[in-house]
Amino acid sequence: MQQFFQTLTTGLSDGAIYGSLALALVLIYKATEVINFAQGEMAMFTTYIAWSLITHHGFSFWEAFFATLLIAFIGGLLLQRTIIRPLERASVLTVVMATIALLVILNGLAAWIWTPQLQFFPSPFPTSSWVVGGVHISKQDVGTFAVVIACLVVLWLFFRFTKLGLAMRAGALNPSAARLVGVRTSWLLALGWGFAAALGAVSGMMVAPTVFLTPNMMQAVLIYAFAAAVLGGLESPVGAVAGGVGLGVMLNMLGTYVHPVTSELRLPVALGILLVVLLVKPAGLFGRVVVRRV
Amino acid sequence: MSRYWKPLGFAVLVLAVVLAPFLSSNYRTYQLGFVAIYLIALSGLDILTGFTGQISLGHGAFMGIGAYTTTILVVDHHWRDLWTIPVAGLVAGLIGIAFGLPATRFAGPYLALATFAIPLSFIGILKRFPRFTGGNVGKNLPQLHSELGWHTNPSIWFYVVTWVVALVMFPLAFLVVRGRFGRALRGVRDSEIASTAYGVSTASVKTAAFGISAFFCGVAGALYAIGITYVNPDTFPIDLSILLIVGIVVGGAGSLWGMVFGALFVEFIRISWGPSILTLFAKAHHVNTHAPGSGLVVYGVVLLFVLYVAPAGFAGLVRRLVTGRSALAAWAKPGAPTPGDPATGAEGP
Repeated sequence: MQQFFQTLTTGLSDGAIYGSLALALVLIYKATEVINFAQGEMAMFTTYIAWSLITHHGFSFWEAFFATLLIAFIGGLLLQRTIIRPLERASVLTVVMATIALLVILNGLAAWIWTPQLQFFPSPFPTSSWVVGGVHISKQDVGTFAVVIACLVVLWLFFRFTKLGLAMRAGALNPSAARLVGVRTSWLLALGWGFAAALGAVSGMMVAPTVFLTPNMMQAVLIYAFAAAVLGGLESPVGAVAGGVGLGVMLNMLGTYVHPVTSELRLPVALGILLVVLLVKPAGLFGRVVVRRV
Repeated sequence: MSRYWKPLGFAVLVLAVVLAPFLSSNYRTYQLGFVAIYLIALSGLDILTGFTGQISLGHGAFMGIGAYTTTILVVDHHWRDLWTIPVAGLVAGLIGIAFGLPATRFAGPYLALATFAIPLSFIGILKRFPRFTGGNVGKNLPQLHSELGWHTNPSIWFYVVTWVVALVMFPLAFLVVRGRFGRALRGVRDSEIASTAYGVSTASVKTAAFGISAFFCGVAGALYAIGITYVNPDTFPIDLSILLIVGIVVGGAGSLWGMVFGALFVEFIRISWGPSILTLFAKAHHVNTHAPGSGLVVYGVVLLFVLYVAPAGFAGLVRRLVTGRSALAAWAKPGAPTPGDPATGAEGP
């Protein structure tokens, strides 16, 4: 029983991290139909910036956290303006190729600047745990879960209750109609990249304390996030988060209770889940079935 | 006249292949063997990416599957290495079809993200079953041995084997993309909706293209293992898959001839072209050009540069020189206007 609850809390916190990166993917996907391959590497890169702020510039964790969010937001905005925008009129495949180029460049740059060695990334939460009814609940897990969910709630409030959020939703839903009523859709895409980068930074800074910081840290997380997004239906923000949490719990449960599934098989299992979902329910659990009219 | 271009092209290629070892050093000959390997892999991947419009970030792993098949057959079952080449291709092709069946249900760029998981999963699986694959250490193949009178020089033997296979596989790729099946591939790339309306089963066409490209990569991987004489999980990193896709774009997606340049690019960017670009750059700025990661940055910048400046790659540049018309990459055309959104015209399916 105790093992079950510990697996569950670890699964929830892992899942929240996958969910936040999945939401970042969905944000850009909904607005532009482009899957941003560089999403994971952007998160990794900004996490290195946070690490550098903490270890070399004397920032406390939370100062570095918020500074990094801002840097990530501006960085995402600039990347969209400089790299992606010139390809606005090109095909989706060309833009996807450009994001692959970004992935490669960011990964290489991080290894170049900070060396590929493992770096220790501090956690803002104590390593101790609460004991509730004989069950150890790690403060790290609860803290991670709380931070990610808080960020998601802030983002949801923004999209739901501000005029800019409304404009962004309109721009994603129907770009030409939004343009007609005076929404500057091109800049909104850049804003979307900014938000996605900031969300990615959250997931990066939350995952780094548990896996150590390396340039390849986010590659697996990106796959989990993608599996989560597919699980929830690529068009659905709620589905992305729910898919992430579900996947996190599922993977941890499998790891604990199904013996042949060792940590090496975690990723292949996630890939398997992804493929099964595609076969059984291609629109995802929360997605709508899209019928295209010609 | 134009129908003579293709035989002429092949004649020139064969001539170049025959002459090259006489003009090259031993080491250069060995390298040119790898160019043949990349030519096989890129022609296969081009069928999927250039002709069918599906990006894959996982085909390095299919090379890995081919390489491991060869290694296991040679080391554990004492096969002769040459006979393992078709088997390696078939194993990779079948795994490709098994993966493609569900994965090609994705429209557009989703497939790419699913394939991104293949190299990472592949490495995990290799480490999970060490008795079969040799785990982290990998396995060693016998040293390159020369045969048929080339007894003095294993490099020449390797060159002959790789290029004989390449000169079979390369024309095979031309056969795949012609005729009815080739039209179906291009149809899926240009408009899945229109293809469906014409009775093309887009999912099975994509699955077939995926399997064929995996077969090509499996064959390439088998030769790769024979050439480097060892395999381990680090031999087929995700960088290799990415480098293959960079090779496709640089050579010119949708052009098989472009893959000859793409293959030269993939082999030489790592060891000579990339470092010289960096050295040029280092003269202006004081950077450490031997730092880890610098190579990756070069691939990425080259890829971006090609996307902006010459989206049709090297093949497009040559075509422009010959015909005077500018060429767009087959899939770099702005999407055909869909009835749903005539205003932007860029919202392809």
